[in-house]
Amino acid sequence: MKFAVLVFPGINRERDMARALRLVSGREPAMIWHAETALPVGTDLVVIPGGFSYGDYLRCGAIAARAPIMDAVRAFAAKGGLVLAICNGFQIACEAGLLPGVLMRNAQLRFICRDVYLRVERSDTPFTRGYNAGQVIRVPVAHGEGNYIADGATIARLEGEGRVVFRYASPDGIVDPNWNHNGAMNAIAGIINARGNVLGMMPHPENHVEAAMGCTDGRGLFAGLVDHFKLAA
Amino acid sequence: MRARVTVTLKSGILDPQGKAIEGALRSLGVRGVASVRQGKVFDIEIEGADRAGAEAALKAAAEKLLANTVIENYRVEVVG
Repeated sequence: MKFAVLVFPGINRERDMARALRLVSGREPAMIWHAETALPVGTDLVVIPGGFSYGDYLRCGAIAARAPIMDAVRAFAAKGGLVLAICNGFQIACEAGLLPGVLMRNAQLRFICRDVYLRVERSDTPFTRGYNAGQVIRVPVAHGEGNYIADGATIARLEGEGRVVFRYASPDGIVDPNWNHNGAMNAIAGIINARGNVLGMMPHPENHVEAAMGCTDGRGLFAGLVDHFKLAA
Repeated sequence: MRARVTVTLKSGILDPQGKAIEGALRSLGVRGVASVRQGKVFDIEIEGADRAGAEAALKAAAEKLLANTVIENYRVEVVG
């Protein structure tokens, strides 16, 4: 199990991510600077963490998506390597063409920093095998641009192929506009690519992994990934 | 040469910032504003005098970085 966490100028969740990976897997992730042109040999999982790469200049994630390391990440994903893209990482993955759609300014124009409830839509992905389909988890969000949009054909394809993995919901798992904090289309909080090896999500599961954080609902994502790699080994 | 690239949201894309600006203009008492869509302007200095080359380079710049063509249109003008 070799993890690589990408680091761009302005990213600030890379150490939270490294801590969560270390805690759940016992392995130390490699921190990879954006100017690198290759991932460590044998990398199993690339994480694009959250933060404010390049100060969100131009568009959130736009400049990081064109960094030298991203060519290596695209090649890694094209070969089926797992990529976990959280928050600003999700924005970077969309800008890099790893995932469809765009994350626009939150519908209410406010930065949202609070716990939200997510309904896990499927449990048969490497990222969600630690959960049950329909399970509701509580994880924090902290973003100003998390309002997922895509054209009608893309949304229809995502829904038709079951590629919406997490949706904003009530604590009982009801999807309703009152619980769709940022106005995302179809309350989309996280999606996977067609091949199922790239996950992008706005919320931060890495911030709910130990008792001191007040909740451990995010741990299932990392525990599931570890199980996935153990089974594959 | 001077050039300008203008990036605007495609029609049909929700523009919450434009809506907020629209509301602010109304509350300031600016009359006759039916709607506002906001965008970005890039003023770019180009070396040399090859107009066609500059237009091609700026189009590439817009496609590769300045605009996200999923949601945005762009216009390139070489001002001279």
